[in-house]
Amino acid sequence: MSRPRTFDLRAQPGFAFIALFTFFMLYLPIAALVVYAFNAGDSMAIWEGVSLRWFQAAASNERVQEAALRSAIIAICAASIATTAATMAAIATTRTKPYRGLTFKYAFINQPLMVPEIVTAVALLIVFSRIKVWTGYSGLGYLVAAHAAFCIPFAYLPIRARLESMDLTLERAAADLYATPWKTFRYVTLPLLRPGIIAGFMLAFVISLDDVVITEFVKSGGQDTLPTYMLGQLRRETTPEVNAIATVFLLVSLILVTAFFFINRRKA
Amino acid sequence: MASAAETARQAERADVRSRWLLSTPALLIILVAAIGPLFVMLAYSFMVKGDYGDVKFGQFSLDGWFSVFFSRDIFDDTVGLADAHLSIFWRSVKLSLITTLLTLGLGFPTAYFIATRPASTREVWVFLITIPFWTNLLIRTFAMQEVIRNEGILNTLMMWLGLIDRPVQLMYTDVAILFGMVYVYLPLMVLPLYASMEKLDFRLVEAGYDLYATRLRVLWRIIIPLVRPGIVAGSILVFIPSLGAYVTPRVLGGGKNMMLGNLIELQFGAGRNWPLGAALSITLMAIVMLALLVYVRNAARSGAQHV
Repeated sequence: MSRPRTFDLRAQPGFAFIALFTFFMLYLPIAALVVYAFNAGDSMAIWEGVSLRWFQAAASNERVQEAALRSAIIAICAASIATTAATMAAIATTRTKPYRGLTFKYAFINQPLMVPEIVTAVALLIVFSRIKVWTGYSGLGYLVAAHAAFCIPFAYLPIRARLESMDLTLERAAADLYATPWKTFRYVTLPLLRPGIIAGFMLAFVISLDDVVITEFVKSGGQDTLPTYMLGQLRRETTPEVNAIATVFLLVSLILVTAFFFINRRKA
Repeated sequence: MASAAETARQAERADVRSRWLLSTPALLIILVAAIGPLFVMLAYSFMVKGDYGDVKFGQFSLDGWFSVFFSRDIFDDTVGLADAHLSIFWRSVKLSLITTLLTLGLGFPTAYFIATRPASTREVWVFLITIPFWTNLLIRTFAMQEVIRNEGILNTLMMWLGLIDRPVQLMYTDVAILFGMVYVYLPLMVLPLYASMEKLDFRLVEAGYDLYATRLRVLWRIIIPLVRPGIVAGSILVFIPSLGAYVTPRVLGGGKNMMLGNLIELQFGAGRNWPLGAALSITLMAIVMLALLVYVRNAARSGAQHV
Protein backbone atom coordinates (compact mmCIF):
# COMPACT_ATOMS: atom_id res chain seq x y z
CA MET A 1 0.00 0.00 0.00
CA SER A 2 1.44 3.28 -1.03
CA ARG A 3 -1.31 5.10 0.81
CA PRO A 4 -1.72 5.18 4.59
CA ARG A 5 -4.31 2.68 5.78
CA THR A 6 -6.49 5.35 7.26
CA PHE A 7 -7.25 6.88 3.88
CA ASP A 8 -10.99 7.46 3.84
CA LEU A 9 -12.44 6.79 0.41
CA ARG A 10 -15.65 8.57 1.19
CA ALA A 11 -14.33 11.76 2.69
CA GLN A 12 -14.41 15.02 0.76
CA PRO A 13 -12.70 18.05 2.28
CA GLY A 14 -15.09 20.50 3.88
CA PHE A 15 -18.22 18.48 3.13
CA ALA A 16 -18.86 17.41 6.71
CA PHE A 17 -18.42 20.98 7.87
CA ILE A 18 -20.88 22.36 5.30
CA ALA A 19 -23.33 19.58 6.11
CA LEU A 20 -23.26 20.23 9.83
CA PHE A 21 -23.54 23.96 9.18
CA THR A 22 -26.59 23.25 7.00
CA PHE A 23 -28.25 21.18 9.70
CA PHE A 24 -27.51 23.92 12.20
CA MET A 25 -28.98 26.58 9.91
CA LEU A 26 -32.01 24.41 9.29
CA TYR A 27 -32.92 24.38 12.96
CA LEU A 28 -31.62 27.72 14.20
CA PRO A 29 -34.52 29.82 12.85
CA ILE A 30 -37.09 27.40 14.25
CA ALA A 31 -35.33 27.45 17.60
CA ALA A 32 -35.31 31.26 17.61
CA LEU A 33 -39.01 31.32 16.83
CA VAL A 34 -39.81 28.93 19.67
CA VAL A 35 -37.61 30.76 22.18
CA TYR A 36 -39.28 34.10 21.47
CA ALA A 37 -42.70 32.53 22.05
CA PHE A 38 -41.70 32.40 25.71
CA ASN A 39 -40.70 36.07 25.82
CA ALA A 40 -42.28 37.95 28.72
CA GLY A 41 -41.98 41.31 26.94
CA ASP A 42 -44.44 42.94 24.56
CA SER A 43 -42.29 43.10 21.49
CA MET A 44 -40.38 40.65 19.39
CA ALA A 45 -37.34 42.85 19.65
CA ILE A 46 -36.32 42.69 23.26
CA TRP A 47 -36.00 39.65 25.46
CA GLU A 48 -37.52 40.26 28.90
CA GLY A 49 -37.50 36.89 30.59
CA VAL A 50 -39.45 33.65 30.39
CA SER A 51 -43.22 33.62 30.51
CA LEU A 52 -46.21 31.71 29.19
CA ARG A 53 -48.31 34.84 28.80
CA TRP A 54 -48.36 34.73 24.99
CA PHE A 55 -49.55 31.14 24.97
CA GLN A 56 -52.35 32.21 27.29
CA ALA A 57 -53.08 35.23 25.13
CA ALA A 58 -53.26 33.04 22.00
CA ALA A 59 -55.42 30.42 23.70
CA SER A 60 -57.94 33.00 24.89
CA ASN A 61 -58.01 34.94 21.61
CA GLU A 62 -61.38 34.16 20.05
CA ARG A 63 -60.17 34.67 16.50
CA VAL A 64 -57.37 32.17 17.07
CA GLN A 65 -59.78 29.66 18.57
CA GLU A 66 -62.14 29.99 15.61
CA ALA A 67 -59.31 29.78 13.09
CA ALA A 68 -57.87 26.68 14.77
CA LEU A 69 -61.26 24.99 14.81
CA ARG A 70 -61.83 25.91 11.17
CA SER A 71 -58.40 24.57 10.20
CA ALA A 72 -59.15 21.29 11.96
CA ILE A 73 -62.61 20.91 10.39
CA ILE A 74 -61.32 21.62 6.89
CA ALA A 75 -58.32 19.32 7.30
CA ILE A 76 -60.42 16.44 8.63
CA CYS A 77 -63.10 16.78 5.93
CA ALA A 78 -60.64 17.32 3.08
CA ALA A 79 -58.31 14.52 4.20
CA SER A 80 -61.23 12.09 4.60
CA ILE A 81 -62.62 12.87 1.17
CA ALA A 82 -59.18 12.82 -0.44
CA THR A 83 -58.19 9.54 1.22
CA THR A 84 -61.44 7.82 0.22
CA ALA A 85 -61.17 9.02 -3.38
CA ALA A 86 -57.45 8.22 -3.50
CA THR A 87 -57.97 4.70 -2.12
CA MET A 88 -60.55 3.95 -4.79
CA ALA A 89 -58.34 5.47 -7.48
CA ALA A 90 -55.31 3.53 -6.24
CA ILE A 91 -57.22 0.24 -6.42
CA ALA A 92 -58.33 1.19 -9.91
CA THR A 93 -54.82 1.97 -11.11
CA THR A 94 -52.69 -0.79 -9.61
CA ARG A 95 -52.30 -4.53 -10.02
CA THR A 96 -53.56 -4.55 -13.57
CA LYS A 97 -52.36 -4.89 -17.11
CA PRO A 98 -51.94 -1.46 -18.66
CA TYR A 99 -55.29 -0.39 -20.05
CA ARG A 100 -56.37 2.55 -22.14
CA GLY A 101 -56.56 5.68 -20.02
CA LEU A 102 -54.25 4.48 -17.26
CA THR A 103 -51.52 7.03 -18.06
CA PHE A 104 -54.21 9.66 -18.37
CA LYS A 105 -55.38 8.83 -14.85
CA TYR A 106 -51.84 9.08 -13.44
CA ALA A 107 -51.38 12.48 -15.06
CA PHE A 108 -54.76 13.68 -13.86
CA ILE A 109 -54.25 12.56 -10.27
CA ASN A 110 -50.78 14.10 -10.05
CA GLN A 111 -51.78 17.33 -11.77
CA PRO A 112 -52.18 19.37 -8.55
CA LEU A 113 -48.48 18.73 -7.86
CA MET A 114 -47.43 20.15 -11.22
CA VAL A 115 -49.08 23.56 -11.17
CA PRO A 116 -47.74 26.38 -8.97
CA GLU A 117 -50.04 26.96 -6.02
CA ILE A 118 -50.57 30.62 -6.83
CA VAL A 119 -51.87 29.67 -10.28
CA THR A 120 -54.37 27.16 -8.90
CA ALA A 121 -55.32 29.70 -6.24
CA VAL A 122 -56.28 32.47 -8.65
CA ALA A 123 -58.01 30.00 -10.99
CA LEU A 124 -60.13 28.82 -8.06
CA LEU A 125 -60.78 32.44 -7.06
CA ILE A 126 -62.14 33.14 -10.54
CA VAL A 127 -64.44 30.12 -10.62
CA PHE A 128 -65.58 30.02 -7.01
CA SER A 129 -66.29 33.76 -6.78
CA ARG A 130 -68.70 33.38 -9.68
CA ILE A 131 -70.32 30.27 -8.18
CA LYS A 132 -70.67 32.14 -4.89
CA VAL A 133 -72.63 34.87 -6.66
CA TRP A 134 -74.78 32.41 -8.61
CA THR A 135 -75.70 30.14 -5.73
CA GLY A 136 -75.50 32.52 -2.78
CA TYR A 137 -73.67 29.80 -0.85
CA SER A 138 -70.36 30.92 0.62
CA GLY A 139 -69.67 28.31 3.31
CA LEU A 140 -66.65 26.14 4.00
CA GLY A 141 -67.57 23.79 1.13
CA TYR A 142 -65.34 25.63 -1.32
CA LEU A 143 -62.31 25.33 0.94
CA VAL A 144 -62.99 21.65 1.58
CA ALA A 145 -63.31 20.96 -2.16
CA ALA A 146 -60.12 22.89 -3.00
CA HIS A 147 -58.16 21.19 -0.22
CA ALA A 148 -59.50 17.74 -1.13
CA ALA A 149 -58.28 18.23 -4.71
CA PHE A 150 -54.67 19.07 -3.86
CA CYS A 151 -54.59 16.45 -1.08
CA ILE A 152 -55.52 13.58 -3.42
CA PRO A 153 -52.02 13.10 -4.94
CA PHE A 154 -50.48 13.05 -1.46
CA ALA A 155 -52.98 10.49 -0.14
CA TYR A 156 -52.65 8.47 -3.34
CA LEU A 157 -48.86 7.99 -3.11
CA PRO A 158 -48.52 5.78 0.00
CA ILE A 159 -51.73 3.87 -0.75
CA ARG A 160 -50.54 3.03 -4.24
CA ALA A 161 -47.12 2.05 -2.91
CA ARG A 162 -48.73 -0.28 -0.40
CA LEU A 163 -51.02 -1.84 -3.00
CA GLU A 164 -48.12 -2.47 -5.35
CA SER A 165 -46.36 -4.46 -2.63
CA MET A 166 -49.43 -6.69 -2.14
CA ASP A 167 -50.11 -9.52 -4.56
CA LEU A 168 -53.53 -10.85 -5.46
CA THR A 169 -53.11 -14.31 -3.85
CA LEU A 170 -55.19 -13.64 -0.76
CA GLU A 171 -57.94 -11.92 -2.68
CA ARG A 172 -58.07 -14.84 -5.15
CA ALA A 173 -58.24 -17.27 -2.23
CA ALA A 174 -61.16 -15.35 -0.76
CA ALA A 175 -62.93 -15.38 -4.13
CA ASP A 176 -62.33 -19.12 -4.43
CA LEU A 177 -64.09 -19.53 -1.10
CA TYR A 178 -67.14 -17.79 -2.54
CA ALA A 179 -66.62 -14.41 -0.89
CA THR A 180 -68.48 -11.69 -2.74
CA PRO A 181 -66.30 -8.90 -4.18
CA TRP A 182 -67.47 -6.59 -1.40
CA LYS A 183 -66.63 -9.16 1.32
CA THR A 184 -63.23 -9.75 -0.24
CA PHE A 185 -62.58 -6.04 -0.19
CA ARG A 186 -63.92 -5.54 3.33
CA TYR A 187 -62.20 -8.49 5.02
CA VAL A 188 -59.07 -9.03 2.92
CA THR A 189 -57.99 -6.00 0.89
CA LEU A 190 -58.91 -3.28 3.35
CA PRO A 191 -57.13 -4.73 6.42
CA LEU A 192 -53.99 -5.32 4.35
CA LEU A 193 -54.18 -1.83 2.95
CA ARG A 194 -54.75 -0.12 6.29
CA PRO A 195 -51.15 1.16 6.93
CA GLY A 196 -51.12 2.77 3.50
CA ILE A 197 -54.49 4.39 4.08
CA ILE A 198 -53.44 5.73 7.49
CA ALA A 199 -50.22 7.14 6.04
CA GLY A 200 -52.16 8.66 3.14
CA PHE A 201 -54.68 10.26 5.47
CA MET A 202 -51.95 11.73 7.64
CA LEU A 203 -50.09 13.20 4.69
CA ALA A 204 -53.30 14.70 3.33
CA PHE A 205 -54.15 16.07 6.77
CA VAL A 206 -50.76 17.78 7.19
CA ILE A 207 -50.87 19.18 3.66
CA SER A 208 -54.34 20.61 4.20
CA LEU A 209 -53.42 22.02 7.61
CA ASP A 210 -50.34 23.76 6.17
CA ASP A 211 -51.96 25.37 3.18
CA VAL A 212 -51.76 29.15 2.99
CA VAL A 213 -51.93 30.26 -0.62
CA ILE A 214 -55.00 28.47 -1.93
CA THR A 215 -56.91 29.10 1.30
CA GLU A 216 -56.04 32.80 1.19
CA PHE A 217 -57.62 33.17 -2.24
CA VAL A 218 -60.60 30.84 -1.86
CA LYS A 219 -61.86 31.81 1.60
CA SER A 220 -64.78 34.16 2.02
CA GLY A 221 -64.73 36.94 4.59
CA GLY A 222 -64.27 35.73 8.15
CA GLN A 223 -63.08 32.28 7.08
CA ASP A 224 -59.52 32.53 8.30
CA THR A 225 -57.69 29.30 8.98
CA LEU A 226 -54.76 29.32 11.36
CA PRO A 227 -52.14 29.85 8.60
CA THR A 228 -54.05 32.66 6.88
CA TYR A 229 -54.67 34.28 10.27
CA MET A 230 -50.93 34.21 10.92
CA LEU A 231 -50.23 35.59 7.44
CA GLY A 232 -52.56 38.47 8.19
CA GLN A 233 -50.82 39.10 11.50
CA LEU A 234 -47.39 39.19 9.85
CA ARG A 235 -48.49 42.27 7.92
CA ARG A 236 -48.49 44.41 11.04
CA GLU A 237 -46.15 44.74 13.99
CA THR A 238 -46.19 41.27 15.43
CA THR A 239 -46.20 40.33 19.09
CA PRO A 240 -44.84 37.03 20.43
CA GLU A 241 -48.43 35.77 20.26
CA VAL A 242 -47.74 34.74 16.65
CA ASN A 243 -44.67 32.86 17.89
CA ALA A 244 -46.81 31.06 20.44
CA ILE A 245 -49.34 30.00 17.79
CA ALA A 246 -46.53 28.92 15.46
CA THR A 247 -44.89 26.91 18.25
CA VAL A 248 -48.05 24.93 18.96
CA PHE A 249 -48.55 24.45 15.22
CA LEU A 250 -44.98 23.16 14.89
CA LEU A 251 -45.54 20.73 17.73
CA VAL A 252 -48.65 19.29 16.07
CA SER A 253 -46.82 18.89 12.73
CA LEU A 254 -43.86 17.31 14.47
CA ILE A 255 -46.07 14.73 16.19
CA LEU A 256 -47.83 13.89 12.92
CA VAL A 257 -44.59 13.63 10.93
CA THR A 258 -42.94 11.46 13.57
CA ALA A 259 -45.96 9.18 13.67
CA PHE A 260 -45.92 8.98 9.87
CA PHE A 261 -42.21 8.15 9.93
CA PHE A 262 -42.73 5.26 12.32
CA ILE A 263 -45.78 3.88 10.51
CA ASN A 264 -43.80 3.91 7.28
CA ARG A 265 -40.77 2.32 8.89
CA ARG A 266 -42.75 -0.52 10.39
CA LYS A 267 -44.14 -1.25 6.98
CA ALA A 268 -40.72 -1.44 5.39
CA MET B 1 -63.11 -22.33 -27.25
CA ALA B 2 -64.20 -19.21 -29.06
CA SER B 3 -66.84 -18.54 -26.46
CA ALA B 4 -64.31 -18.96 -23.64
CA ALA B 5 -62.10 -16.31 -25.25
CA GLU B 6 -65.19 -14.16 -25.65
CA THR B 7 -66.06 -14.45 -21.95
CA ALA B 8 -62.48 -13.62 -21.00
CA ARG B 9 -62.60 -10.53 -23.14
CA GLN B 10 -65.91 -9.56 -21.63
CA ALA B 11 -64.56 -10.02 -18.12
CA GLU B 12 -61.61 -7.83 -19.00
CA ARG B 13 -63.86 -5.15 -20.36
CA ALA B 14 -65.99 -5.29 -17.21
CA ASP B 15 -62.83 -4.99 -15.14
CA VAL B 16 -61.69 -1.87 -16.99
CA ARG B 17 -65.18 -0.42 -16.67
CA SER B 18 -65.26 -0.93 -12.93
CA ARG B 19 -61.79 0.57 -12.68
CA TRP B 20 -63.06 3.71 -14.41
CA LEU B 21 -66.01 3.80 -12.04
CA LEU B 22 -63.68 3.54 -9.05
CA SER B 23 -61.47 6.38 -10.29
CA THR B 24 -64.41 8.68 -10.93
CA PRO B 25 -64.55 10.44 -7.53
CA ALA B 26 -60.85 11.37 -7.57
CA LEU B 27 -60.94 12.48 -11.20
CA LEU B 28 -64.11 14.47 -10.62
CA ILE B 29 -62.80 16.32 -7.56
CA ILE B 30 -59.59 17.25 -9.37
CA LEU B 31 -61.55 18.28 -12.47
CA VAL B 32 -63.86 20.55 -10.49
CA ALA B 33 -61.38 22.05 -8.01
CA ALA B 34 -58.07 22.02 -9.90
CA ILE B 35 -57.97 21.36 -13.65
CA GLY B 36 -61.32 22.79 -14.71
CA PRO B 37 -60.67 26.23 -13.19
CA LEU B 38 -57.40 26.44 -15.13
CA PHE B 39 -59.35 26.26 -18.39
CA VAL B 40 -61.81 28.86 -17.13
CA MET B 41 -58.83 31.06 -16.31
CA LEU B 42 -57.49 30.57 -19.82
CA ALA B 43 -60.83 31.84 -21.14
CA TYR B 44 -60.76 34.79 -18.74
CA SER B 45 -57.37 35.86 -20.03
CA PHE B 46 -59.07 36.61 -23.37
CA MET B 47 -61.88 38.76 -21.98
CA VAL B 48 -62.38 42.46 -21.34
CA LYS B 49 -61.51 43.48 -17.82
CA GLY B 50 -64.33 44.59 -15.56
CA ASP B 51 -64.31 48.04 -14.02
CA TYR B 52 -64.12 46.76 -10.44
CA GLY B 53 -62.25 43.51 -10.93
CA ASP B 54 -63.70 40.40 -12.58
CA VAL B 55 -64.32 40.51 -16.35
CA LYS B 56 -67.06 41.54 -18.74
CA PHE B 57 -68.23 38.03 -19.37
CA GLY B 58 -68.12 36.88 -22.97
CA GLN B 59 -66.48 40.03 -24.39
CA PHE B 60 -63.36 39.02 -26.25
CA SER B 61 -60.14 41.01 -25.93
CA LEU B 62 -56.41 40.45 -26.23
CA ASP B 63 -55.59 43.29 -23.81
CA GLY B 64 -54.72 40.90 -20.99
CA TRP B 65 -52.05 39.14 -23.02
CA PHE B 66 -50.93 42.38 -24.64
CA SER B 67 -50.19 43.97 -21.27
CA VAL B 68 -48.13 41.01 -20.08
CA PHE B 69 -45.33 42.24 -22.32
CA PHE B 70 -46.30 45.74 -23.50
CA SER B 71 -47.71 48.88 -22.02
CA ARG B 72 -49.56 51.70 -23.72
CA ASP B 73 -48.67 55.21 -22.69
CA ILE B 74 -51.76 56.85 -21.17
CA PHE B 75 -51.02 60.23 -22.74
CA ASP B 76 -49.83 59.67 -26.28
CA ASP B 77 -50.93 56.04 -26.75
CA THR B 78 -47.48 54.88 -27.82
CA VAL B 79 -46.65 51.25 -27.17
CA GLY B 80 -43.59 50.27 -25.20
CA LEU B 81 -42.37 47.24 -23.33
CA ALA B 82 -44.05 46.67 -19.95
CA ASP B 83 -40.90 47.38 -17.98
CA ALA B 84 -42.56 46.86 -14.60
CA HIS B 85 -43.71 43.37 -15.51
CA LEU B 86 -40.56 42.38 -17.33
CA SER B 87 -38.37 43.46 -14.44
CA ILE B 88 -40.48 41.35 -12.07
CA PHE B 89 -40.22 38.43 -14.48
CA TRP B 90 -36.49 38.89 -14.60
CA ARG B 91 -36.22 39.25 -10.82
CA SER B 92 -38.23 36.05 -10.33
CA VAL B 93 -36.05 34.08 -12.72
CA LYS B 94 -32.86 35.56 -11.28
CA LEU B 95 -33.80 34.93 -7.65
CA SER B 96 -34.98 31.40 -8.47
CA LEU B 97 -31.73 30.59 -10.26
CA ILE B 98 -29.61 31.95 -7.39
CA THR B 99 -31.77 30.03 -4.92
CA THR B 100 -31.21 26.87 -6.94
CA LEU B 101 -27.43 27.39 -7.01
CA LEU B 102 -27.22 28.17 -3.29
CA THR B 103 -29.35 25.18 -2.30
CA LEU B 104 -27.17 23.03 -4.55
CA GLY B 105 -24.03 24.41 -2.89
CA LEU B 106 -25.34 23.61 0.57
CA GLY B 107 -27.39 20.56 -0.37
CA PHE B 108 -24.74 18.63 -2.28
CA PRO B 109 -22.27 18.30 0.62
CA THR B 110 -25.18 17.68 3.00
CA ALA B 111 -26.62 14.86 0.90
CA TYR B 112 -23.14 13.42 0.45
CA PHE B 113 -22.56 13.60 4.18
CA ILE B 114 -25.80 11.72 4.86
CA ALA B 115 -25.08 9.11 2.19
CA THR B 116 -21.66 8.36 3.68
CA ARG B 117 -22.94 7.86 7.26
CA PRO B 118 -23.21 4.30 8.55
CA ALA B 119 -26.54 2.73 7.59
CA SER B 120 -27.73 2.79 11.19
CA THR B 121 -27.66 6.59 11.57
CA ARG B 122 -28.47 7.54 8.00
CA GLU B 123 -32.19 7.31 8.62
CA VAL B 124 -31.94 9.80 11.48
CA TRP B 125 -30.13 12.36 9.32
CA VAL B 126 -32.72 11.96 6.59
CA PHE B 127 -35.44 12.39 9.19
CA LEU B 128 -33.79 15.64 10.32
CA ILE B 129 -34.10 16.94 6.76
CA THR B 130 -37.68 15.69 6.46
CA ILE B 131 -39.02 17.46 9.55
CA PRO B 132 -38.56 21.01 8.21
CA PHE B 133 -39.87 19.79 4.87
CA TRP B 134 -43.21 18.87 6.43
CA THR B 135 -43.54 21.88 8.70
CA ASN B 136 -45.58 24.81 7.57
CA LEU B 137 -43.91 26.95 4.92
CA LEU B 138 -45.32 30.15 6.39
CA ILE B 139 -43.94 29.28 9.81
CA ARG B 140 -40.52 28.55 8.34
CA THR B 141 -40.58 31.87 6.49
CA PHE B 142 -41.58 33.61 9.71
CA ALA B 143 -38.75 31.77 11.50
CA MET B 144 -36.28 33.14 8.95
CA GLN B 145 -37.62 36.59 9.76
CA GLU B 146 -36.56 35.99 13.37
CA VAL B 147 -33.00 35.48 12.16
CA ILE B 148 -32.59 38.37 9.73
CA ARG B 149 -34.66 41.18 11.24
CA ASN B 150 -32.78 44.16 12.63
CA GLU B 151 -32.85 42.88 16.20
CA GLY B 152 -32.50 39.27 15.03
CA ILE B 153 -29.82 36.70 15.71
CA LEU B 154 -27.74 37.47 12.64
CA ASN B 155 -27.43 41.20 13.31
CA THR B 156 -26.90 40.67 17.03
CA LEU B 157 -24.16 38.16 16.33
CA MET B 158 -22.40 40.35 13.79
CA MET B 159 -22.53 43.36 16.12
CA TRP B 160 -21.22 41.26 18.98
CA LEU B 161 -18.35 40.11 16.78
CA GLY B 162 -17.67 43.73 15.93
CA LEU B 163 -18.19 43.22 12.19
CA ILE B 164 -20.78 45.97 12.06
CA ASP B 165 -21.70 48.70 14.51
CA ARG B 166 -25.34 49.16 13.56
CA PRO B 167 -27.85 46.56 12.30
CA VAL B 168 -27.89 45.87 8.58
CA GLN B 169 -31.35 46.23 7.10
CA LEU B 170 -31.95 42.83 5.51
CA MET B 171 -35.72 42.59 5.81
CA TYR B 172 -37.66 43.75 2.74
CA THR B 173 -34.72 43.27 0.38
CA ASP B 174 -33.93 40.73 -2.31
CA VAL B 175 -31.35 39.24 0.03
CA ALA B 176 -34.10 38.52 2.54
CA ILE B 177 -36.13 36.73 -0.14
CA LEU B 178 -33.05 34.68 -1.05
CA PHE B 179 -32.38 33.72 2.56
CA GLY B 180 -36.02 32.69 2.93
CA MET B 181 -36.24 30.69 -0.28
CA VAL B 182 -32.96 28.87 0.28
CA TYR B 183 -34.10 27.99 3.78
CA VAL B 184 -37.58 26.91 2.75
CA TYR B 185 -36.65 24.87 -0.34
CA LEU B 186 -33.40 23.29 0.83
CA PRO B 187 -34.99 19.91 1.71
CA LEU B 188 -36.30 19.69 -1.86
CA MET B 189 -32.67 19.73 -3.03
CA VAL B 190 -31.21 17.41 -0.40
CA LEU B 191 -33.77 14.60 -0.68
CA PRO B 192 -33.40 13.78 -4.40
CA LEU B 193 -29.64 14.30 -4.21
CA TYR B 194 -29.47 11.84 -1.35
CA ALA B 195 -31.64 9.37 -3.26
CA SER B 196 -29.09 9.18 -6.06
CA MET B 197 -26.02 9.34 -3.81
CA GLU B 198 -27.27 6.46 -1.71
CA LYS B 199 -26.88 4.25 -4.77
CA LEU B 200 -23.37 5.51 -5.48
CA ASP B 201 -20.94 2.65 -6.03
CA PHE B 202 -17.83 3.53 -4.02
CA ARG B 203 -15.77 0.92 -5.83
CA LEU B 204 -15.69 3.40 -8.70
CA VAL B 205 -14.38 6.05 -6.33
CA GLU B 206 -11.75 3.60 -5.11
CA ALA B 207 -10.77 2.86 -8.69
CA GLY B 208 -10.28 6.57 -9.22
CA TYR B 209 -7.95 6.85 -6.25
CA ASP B 210 -6.06 3.76 -7.38
CA LEU B 211 -5.37 5.62 -10.59
CA TYR B 212 -3.87 8.48 -8.57
CA ALA B 213 -6.77 10.89 -8.94
CA THR B 214 -6.95 13.68 -6.40
CA ARG B 215 -10.03 14.12 -4.23
CA LEU B 216 -11.20 17.05 -6.31
CA ARG B 217 -10.76 15.06 -9.49
CA VAL B 218 -12.68 12.11 -8.07
CA LEU B 219 -15.47 14.46 -7.06
CA TRP B 220 -15.54 16.19 -10.42
CA ARG B 221 -15.01 13.26 -12.77
CA ILE B 222 -16.63 10.36 -10.90
CA ILE B 223 -19.09 11.39 -8.19
CA ILE B 224 -20.77 14.35 -9.88
CA PRO B 225 -21.38 12.57 -13.22
CA LEU B 226 -22.83 9.57 -11.37
CA VAL B 227 -25.28 11.61 -9.31
CA ARG B 228 -26.19 13.95 -12.16
CA PRO B 229 -29.85 12.78 -12.24
CA GLY B 230 -30.15 13.76 -8.58
CA ILE B 231 -28.63 17.16 -9.29
CA VAL B 232 -31.06 17.81 -12.14
CA ALA B 233 -34.03 16.55 -10.13
CA GLY B 234 -33.14 18.62 -7.08
CA SER B 235 -32.48 21.74 -9.12
CA ILE B 236 -35.82 21.53 -10.88
CA LEU B 237 -37.69 20.70 -7.68
CA VAL B 238 -36.23 23.87 -6.15
CA PHE B 239 -36.50 26.07 -9.24
CA ILE B 240 -40.18 25.41 -9.88
CA PRO B 241 -41.61 26.41 -6.48
CA SER B 242 -39.14 29.31 -6.26
CA LEU B 243 -40.46 30.73 -9.50
CA GLY B 244 -44.03 30.49 -8.22
CA ALA B 245 -43.18 31.61 -4.69
CA TYR B 246 -45.80 33.81 -3.11
CA VAL B 247 -45.59 33.57 0.68
CA THR B 248 -41.84 34.06 1.10
CA PRO B 249 -41.48 37.22 -1.05
CA ARG B 250 -44.65 38.61 0.48
CA VAL B 251 -43.46 38.18 4.07
CA LEU B 252 -39.73 38.85 3.66
CA GLY B 253 -39.73 41.07 0.56
CA GLY B 254 -42.47 43.41 1.64
CA GLY B 255 -44.60 45.30 -0.88
CA LYS B 256 -41.86 46.59 -3.16
CA ASN B 257 -39.75 43.52 -3.91
CA MET B 258 -42.36 41.55 -5.80
CA MET B 259 -41.99 38.25 -7.54
CA LEU B 260 -44.31 36.78 -10.16
CA GLY B 261 -46.66 35.30 -7.57
CA ASN B 262 -47.15 38.68 -5.95
CA LEU B 263 -47.60 40.41 -9.30
CA ILE B 264 -50.36 37.93 -10.10
CA GLU B 265 -52.04 38.56 -6.75
CA LEU B 266 -51.86 42.30 -7.35
CA GLN B 267 -53.93 41.98 -10.54
CA PHE B 268 -56.68 40.20 -8.63
CA GLY B 269 -56.55 42.71 -5.79
CA ALA B 270 -55.72 46.39 -6.09
CA GLY B 271 -54.77 46.11 -9.79
CA ARG B 272 -58.29 45.00 -10.76
CA ASN B 273 -57.05 43.50 -13.99
CA TRP B 274 -58.18 39.88 -13.96
CA PRO B 275 -57.41 39.16 -17.64
CA LEU B 276 -53.82 40.31 -17.11
CA GLY B 277 -53.59 38.26 -13.90
CA ALA B 278 -54.92 35.22 -15.75
CA ALA B 279 -52.46 35.72 -18.62
CA LEU B 280 -49.56 36.09 -16.19
CA SER B 281 -50.63 32.90 -14.37
CA ILE B 282 -50.72 30.96 -17.60
CA THR B 283 -47.30 32.30 -18.56
CA LEU B 284 -45.91 31.17 -15.20
CA MET B 285 -47.54 27.78 -15.64
CA ALA B 286 -46.04 27.42 -19.11
CA ILE B 287 -42.52 28.07 -17.79
CA VAL B 288 -43.06 25.53 -15.03
CA MET B 289 -44.35 22.95 -17.51
CA LEU B 290 -41.21 23.44 -19.59
CA ALA B 291 -39.02 22.85 -16.55
CA LEU B 292 -41.06 19.75 -15.69
CA LEU B 293 -40.58 18.44 -19.20
CA VAL B 294 -36.81 18.62 -18.69
CA TYR B 295 -37.27 16.81 -15.38
CA VAL B 296 -39.35 14.01 -16.89
CA ARG B 297 -36.88 13.53 -19.74
CA ASN B 298 -34.03 13.42 -17.27
CA ALA B 299 -35.85 10.85 -15.14
CA ALA B 300 -36.64 8.72 -18.17
CA ARG B 301 -33.03 8.77 -19.33
CA SER B 302 -31.68 7.80 -15.92
CA GLY B 303 -33.85 4.69 -15.81
CA ALA B 304 -37.15 5.98 -14.40
CA GLN B 305 -35.98 6.56 -10.90
CA HIS B 306 -38.59 8.05 -8.66
CA VAL B 307 -37.85 10.64 -6.04
